[in-house]
Amino acid sequence: MQKNAYFKGLTIPFLLLLPQLVITALFFYWPASQAVWQSFLLEDAFGTSTEFVWFENYQTLFSDPGYLRAFINTIVFSTAVCVLSLSIALLLAVMADRQLRGGEIYKTLLIWPYAVAPAVAGVLWIFMFDPSLGMLGRGLLSLGIGWNPRLNGHDAMLLVILAATWKQISYNFLFFLAGLQAIPKSVIEAAVIDGARPMRRFWTIVFPLLSPTTFFLLVVNIVYVFFDTFGIIDTVTGGGPSGATETLVYKVFADGKGGSNLGGSAAQSVVLLIMVIGLTAVQFRFIERKVSY
Amino acid sequence: MAQVTLNNVKKVYAGGVEAVKGVSFDIPDGGFCVLVGPSGCGKSTLLRMVAGLETITSGEVAIGSRTVNQVEPADRDIAMVFQNYALYPHMSVYDNMAYGLRNRGTPKDEIEKRVREAAKILAIEALLERRPRQLSGGQRQRVAMGRAIVRKPQVFLFDEPLSNLDAKLRVQMRVEIKKLQRALGVTAIYVTHDQVEAMTLSDKLVVMNAGEVEQIGLPADVYRKPASKFVATFIGSPPMNILPGAVDGPGIVALGETIIEARDLREDLAEGMPVEIGLRPEDIEIASEGQAGSLPFDVEFIEELGATQLFHGKLAGEPFVMQAATGEVAAHEGRLWIAVDPDKVHVFDLKTGARLGKG
Ligand SMILES: Nc1ncnc2c1ncn2[C@@H]1O[C@H](COP(=O)(O)OP(=O)(O)OP(=O)(O)O)[C@@H](O)[C@H]1O
Ligand SMILES: [Mg+2]
Repeated sequence: MQKNAYFKGLTIPFLLLLPQLVITALFFYWPASQAVWQSFLLEDAFGTSTEFVWFENYQTLFSDPGYLRAFINTIVFSTAVCVLSLSIALLLAVMADRQLRGGEIYKTLLIWPYAVAPAVAGVLWIFMFDPSLGMLGRGLLSLGIGWNPRLNGHDAMLLVILAATWKQISYNFLFFLAGLQAIPKSVIEAAVIDGARPMRRFWTIVFPLLSPTTFFLLVVNIVYVFFDTFGIIDTVTGGGPSGATETLVYKVFADGKGGSNLGGSAAQSVVLLIMVIGLTAVQFRFIERKVSY
Repeated sequence: MAQVTLNNVKKVYAGGVEAVKGVSFDIPDGGFCVLVGPSGCGKSTLLRMVAGLETITSGEVAIGSRTVNQVEPADRDIAMVFQNYALYPHMSVYDNMAYGLRNRGTPKDEIEKRVREAAKILAIEALLERRPRQLSGGQRQRVAMGRAIVRKPQVFLFDEPLSNLDAKLRVQMRVEIKKLQRALGVTAIYVTHDQVEAMTLSDKLVVMNAGEVEQIGLPADVYRKPASKFVATFIGSPPMNILPGAVDGPGIVALGETIIEARDLREDLAEGMPVEIGLRPEDIEIASEGQAGSLPFDVEFIEELGATQLFHGKLAGEPFVMQAATGEVAAHEGRLWIAVDPDKVHVFDLKTGARLGKG
């Protein structure tokens, strides 16, 4: 007796997988391999001749102080966005979970930011926090808080962090809420009877039971901050002022723009790719083991 | 250990559902009270109000001498066993049992002592390091019991704790729960819709229907003198036979042409008043044709239960069941003449369903 449904031969499974394989190959493996190939090439300034240069592009990259700064920016930016968006989303989800009656409206309202395109989100935040145009920007100034993201690098960083966080909260919120609702009510009630006050209940019961969700979101969020925040940074600060908000992915774009340094840009994207693969592998290896129960 | 008192307890849910409509009774210290009734009658709601998991709309719940309406569940000194056990899936069996003690700041060595003791009583010492998902249903059930007893509470609350177990294990755990409760002397409230559990476990049986108490009493009394047609058909398996009839004089009812004596029947009733007559399948005796009060029973098929046989058929056009020890009655289909002990004839008001007894 066969336990599972199965197909005779390989043709049908192959055909079923084909669309996915084609898409992956076309939009991932092909560009990725192109990037790897290009990272070994050097183009002259006019784009007339290319030369195979082995690791020269990588050497130039790692000796560039601008690259190091982008590296540090990325770490600051991604840590801040991940921590903020995950913790704020969790807080909101816990609150929504308690008030499920109003939950529907709450849920809908909170999911809206996710439907906003990165560029639009960026423009929104520029308008809000612009020191001369934005309501909030002017408000800050009138409170005597010096605020100018166009000139001050720290302000600019704060602004992109807030914008990127705001956009990611809705996604995280939905998953946290689903995770919270999957915890059986009786388990919480048992903890109530067992004398655990709300805070203790959260940290000893709810949070551990949510850990698979948290882990999943951590992986998704890291990929998000590394790659997907490009649009927001581009519209809000354009990497400036003077590179203060230039992250690794933004630098790939800036350096490759206009084809000025295609090889260097390709080398950067390969480094980025390796980093994300590495991070995800580490997460799966060391964290996932601890979060399953 | 303490007595539990419910005084006119009501529950109206937010949507306007009246789940419990004014229930009053008390359970003596160390008593075992079973709440039984059909699905949706408000048993769980009542239990959860005692636990503090549900607010009390009106009325009063007291544990010992203290009114607990406003007391947090954690401070009511109760322990609850849930139908799905509600174990903490990310904790070991040991931690599951220790959790409540830790929350209350019990010293470590005391926790260790109590958990080991409970594990020994429940024969789960070998499982202490396991996670709940590595346990069978019966073992989980024991852990849930363990979690309740380590705390040494005043009152145990059970919400259908055995309904997820298979039939054999259910009987075994039923006996163990009763033994444990006796040994510890803790007052217990137990919710079930299984009438066998209700009969065997309780020393105070509360039969509920649609948010109201139908009858409270010793299980044997509830069985012998059901206060209403509802209780009569709910308690006892197979359920009591109900036949239409009429009052035919003091202590006498007529079932069609046949006159039956009913000793418990009230004597002040108008002749010809329509009633329903209840006869338990196990109270039926074999009679002979022509004997006074004998009834013709047309057997259609026979169910073998091993020690007993169930004779299914029709009596006066109504479906009817008779239970007899195997071999006592010649098992064949067709006509049988039966009779009933006048002490075991139950009569209910056709309109209200109330027992027309002498009180
Ligand atoms: N949270 C709630 N909100 C509104 N109505 C509820 C809620 N919980 C229960 N009810 C209603 O209250 C009534 C009693 O429910 P309860 O859970 O007490 O029944 P029960 O006797 O335990 O039934 P079962 O044997 O199926 O567990 C039902 O009509 C149910 O629909
Ligand atoms: Mg229930």
